[in-house]
Amino acid sequence: MNEFFAEYPLVFTMATTLAKIVLFTHIGLILAAYMPWVERKVSAWMQDRVGPNRVGYAGLGQPIADALKFIFKEDPVPGHVDKVLFTLAPALTVIPAILVLAVVPFAPAVSLFGQTAQMAIADLSVGILFVFAFSSLAVYGITLAGWASNSKYPLIGGVRSAAQMVSYELCLGLSVVGVFMAAQTLRLTDIVELQVDGYWNMFTQPIGFLVFVIAAFAETNRLPFDLPEAETELVAGYHTEYGSMKFAMFFAGEYMAMFVFSCLVAVLFMGGWDVPFMSNESFAALGNWGAALGFVAFLTKVLLFLFFYVWVRFTIPRFKFDQLMHLGWKVLIPLSLLNILWAGLWNMPS
Amino acid sequence: MPHTASLTVLGAAESGPLNEYLPVLMLLLFSISFAALNIIVSWALGKRGQRNPDKDSAFECGLPPLESGRQRFSVKFYVVAMLFIIFDVEVVFLYPWAIVYQDLGWFAFFEMLLFLGVLFLGWAYVVRKGALDFSSRPQPGRIPGGPQR
Repeated sequence: MNEFFAEYPLVFTMATTLAKIVLFTHIGLILAAYMPWVERKVSAWMQDRVGPNRVGYAGLGQPIADALKFIFKEDPVPGHVDKVLFTLAPALTVIPAILVLAVVPFAPAVSLFGQTAQMAIADLSVGILFVFAFSSLAVYGITLAGWASNSKYPLIGGVRSAAQMVSYELCLGLSVVGVFMAAQTLRLTDIVELQVDGYWNMFTQPIGFLVFVIAAFAETNRLPFDLPEAETELVAGYHTEYGSMKFAMFFAGEYMAMFVFSCLVAVLFMGGWDVPFMSNESFAALGNWGAALGFVAFLTKVLLFLFFYVWVRFTIPRFKFDQLMHLGWKVLIPLSLLNILWAGLWNMPS
Repeated sequence: MPHTASLTVLGAAESGPLNEYLPVLMLLLFSISFAALNIIVSWALGKRGQRNPDKDSAFECGLPPLESGRQRFSVKFYVVAMLFIIFDVEVVFLYPWAIVYQDLGWFAFFEMLLFLGVLFLGWAYVVRKGALDFSSRPQPGRIPGGPQR
């Protein structure tokens, strides 16, 4: 095997890529399926209720039951909608969310059959640019859903979502500049390795971390920024006219985006696969066990951040739209400029 | 070990510049097929419902819809979109600078301080003009009690 892969490295690349795609996207999709259950359970604990407990042990079968019901229910396409865009919109929310996973490094490199495999699906040198290029495509899905529905509430939701997502993308883009100044690269694996040996970016750049986290909530349309689908005023926002699996895809897209942003927070600011008191050498010394340890550490951080998403949802009430714009443009943008200044002084070569 | 022509080609392609992006292409195919499968499965297995005028009309809390579904919306959303383009381009300028920051040192620091200063002035102008003011408090030039557009 070793000789074969040494002679045909591309075969090795293709095989490992396929394995990584299946593994990582399924982690994402399974988490996306179980996050609503987690959300309901956690909210129940926080509000002293029981939460879902009928389907399977502790309601764990609920996501499966929901998925089956989504599949077998009528797939409604109302007469007044733009049928092509109406069908395209849910796909356009789910595809970018999965694609961003391509550059996320889940663990230190693994050696297999005498070859080294990076534990990111594609370890691109333009990593972060790729992330922004595709995560910002998600706004098309939501806006097109609002427009194609040809109905009032979805339209308002879609337009709001467009304004919200582009505004907070600006803060998101500005808040990571400090990270590049520290790392001198856009490649996510290198950014993590630098933090493994040095300090986590959340400690050296607390302002950037704060801005990134707030913008991540807004980019994924989560409370307190879920204005595109504010139930109390817009019925269900951009997916009011949707039902069946198409609705489920918006749901999956939203939770996938949450997962992806949790990964990004972990990678950019919380040291990725780093465990305190470990260095790159100690990870390398442990070999593939080091990779396994890193993988567990990374997933722990991601799960903690996903829990934080739920925690915030049931703690902070929804913003008004003018407050949202005020926060994004007048507070977060100056703050992220301040972070660049801070990072400039911190990382000054002496 | 089989030495077929196709495998030799695969081995030789390792040094190709676009090789890095092959996994991205594979993931793209995966995600597109995931989305397509969802739509097709739900269309194929879903219950066939009967159409009726109520179901075919836009949702408006149970009442027959009034006017068109494509309402006019505030011009401020367009302003936000335009401002986004301007500021986003400036953010893109920051990225290459940030990558070589430590090589250039103080020179890069003051150069970018100047650039960010200009950016900040533009931002302050936009804020002073009220382009980002979404609240509906009465403003000069607006007719009191008139239609709130």
